[in-house]
Amino acid sequence: MTNEELTIKISALQPALVVEEGQEWLQFHVDNKDWLALAKQLKETAGLDFDYLFCLTCVDWKTHLSMVYHLSSTLHRHTIVIKIKLAYTDPVVETVSGIWRTAEFHEREVYEMFGVDFLHHPDLRLLILPDGWEGKNPMRKDFEDPVNMIKL
Amino acid sequence: MYRETAIVNESEVTGDLVINMGPQHPATHGVLHLVVHINGETIRKVEPHLGYIHRSIEKMSESLSYRQFIYVTSRMDYLSSHINNHACAMCVEKGLQVEVPPRAQYIRVIMDELTRIASHTLWWGAMAMDVGALTPFFLAFREREMINDIMEETCGARLTMNYMVPGGVMYDLHPLFQQRVKEFIKHFRSKIDEYDELVTGNIIFQNRMKGVGILTKEDAVSYGCSGPTARGSGVSCDIRKLYPYEVYDKVQFDEPLETAGDSFARYLVRLQELRQSMSILEQLIDDIPEGDIQAKTKAVLKLPKGEFYTRAETARGELGVYIVSEGGTTPYRIKYRSPGFSNLSALDHMARGGKIGDLVAMMGTLDLVIPDIDR
Repeated sequence: MTNEELTIKISALQPALVVEEGQEWLQFHVDNKDWLALAKQLKETAGLDFDYLFCLTCVDWKTHLSMVYHLSSTLHRHTIVIKIKLAYTDPVVETVSGIWRTAEFHEREVYEMFGVDFLHHPDLRLLILPDGWEGKNPMRKDFEDPVNMIKL
Repeated sequence: MYRETAIVNESEVTGDLVINMGPQHPATHGVLHLVVHINGETIRKVEPHLGYIHRSIEKMSESLSYRQFIYVTSRMDYLSSHINNHACAMCVEKGLQVEVPPRAQYIRVIMDELTRIASHTLWWGAMAMDVGALTPFFLAFREREMINDIMEETCGARLTMNYMVPGGVMYDLHPLFQQRVKEFIKHFRSKIDEYDELVTGNIIFQNRMKGVGILTKEDAVSYGCSGPTARGSGVSCDIRKLYPYEVYDKVQFDEPLETAGDSFARYLVRLQELRQSMSILEQLIDDIPEGDIQAKTKAVLKLPKGEFYTRAETARGELGVYIVSEGGTTPYRIKYRSPGFSNLSALDHMARGGKIGDLVAMMGTLDLVIPDIDR
C-alpha cells in the first residue's frame, strides 16, 4: 500500500492522530489513551495487517519521553512508525504484548531502562538490571554512574 | 548477590521443580541464565534472565562520535562483526547522504558473506556438540580458521574487525584476497557435503532434532523472529531480498524456507544458507571493480536533525540500527534492534510442554549470541 493510501486508511481508524511525512516511513503521533484501540485495529484491519513489530523503543527528550513503535506487515510489506508522547515523571502507557508477543520482552527492557510503566503487562519485572536495583533508570539522560565509565 | 542462589529449589505455588541453567553452562555458549520450571521431565516455563554481559553499548554510543561508535558494535554480535559495522556505517551514510563507491560495496558484501559462512560453520559445530557429537566442532573450526586467516590478512583482526567505516571500507584488499577466497570456496564445496553426510543424515541427530521446539508461522511473526529462526517456520524475512542494500540486488540467490518450524527445519535452513553464501561469493569475487574504497567525507561527521533506521541481515537475523540525531557530532539516541533479543523471546513459548533434555536442542538452533542479546 502506498503512503497516501496508508494515511487515508489509518486516519479513518483514529481521527485524532497526527501524520508526519518526510522521513523514510510515515510517522503517526498517537494520543496515549487511543493507542491500545488503534494497535488492535492496525493488526486486524484487512489491508493493513501490521503483524510484525520489529522495533520498540523509547527516547528521552528531557521534557518528555517518546515511545517509538516500528511496525510492518509480512503480507503487504509496508512499514509505519507510531509515536506516543509520555509524561516525564511517572510515564504510563498500555502494553501491546497481547497483540504482538515480542513486545513483552521489549517493554520489560524499556520499563527498567526508562521507567515507563506498562499497564496490564503480564510480567513486568527487571530483565537486564540485577534484582534489587535502586535508583534511576540507566537510559535516562540525567543518569550518572559513579562507578562505571559510560560517558566520555 | 545476583538473583537466585540455590541451583535447584521447589516452587511453593505449583510444586514444580525450579532449575537454574546457566549463567555458566556449556550449552548456553555465553552467560545466559535460564530459570526452568519442570514437572517431572516436562518443561512448564522458561524464564531467561539477562544482563550478565550488559555493557550499555547504547548509552556509551551516545557520547561517541559517528566514527567511533561503530567500533563498539563489533562487540555486540561478535560472530557477525562485519555485518554489525556494516549496518551502522549504512545508517550514518543514510544520514549524510553519501554514496559508497562500487568497489567498497562489493568488498562489503563479500566480507558479509564470508562472515555469514564463518558464523554458520561455528554454529554447526557448536550445535552438534550440544547434542553430543564432538567431532563436528573440530571440523567446523578447521574451515572457520581459513576464513579468519583471510580476514586477518585484509582487516588485521580475526574477531572484532572494525573494517567498515562511514563512506566505505578502511583499507584496500590484500593482493592475495581473491585467490584465497576462491581456494576457500573450492575447499568448502567438498567439506559441506561432508557436513551433510556426517550430521544431517545421521539418524540419531535427526531423532534429537525433529519435532522439537516447534514454532508456527504466526508465532514466529508475533514474536518478531527473524533470520533462519523465522525462515525455519516459513516466514520470508531475508532483508537482503526484501530491502536490498549495496550490491545484493545484482546477485542471484535463493532464500531457503522450511515449513516444519522445528529444530531440524532451522538446521536445514542454515545449511542451505551456507551454499547460497558461497554462490554469492562466486558471483562477486571476480567482478570487484577498480576504484576508490572510500567516499570523501569530512573529518568530523555531523548528521542532520532527524531519525534514521537501517537494517541488515546478520547471520542471526535482522539487525536494525535506529539513530535519533539532534544535528550534533554524537547521536542523541541509538537503539540496536538485535535479532537475538527477539528470537530469545520465543524460547519460552517453544519450550513449554517439551522435555528438559530437548531444551538444549531448541536453544542451539536459535543460534543465540549473548552479547548480542544484552548489548
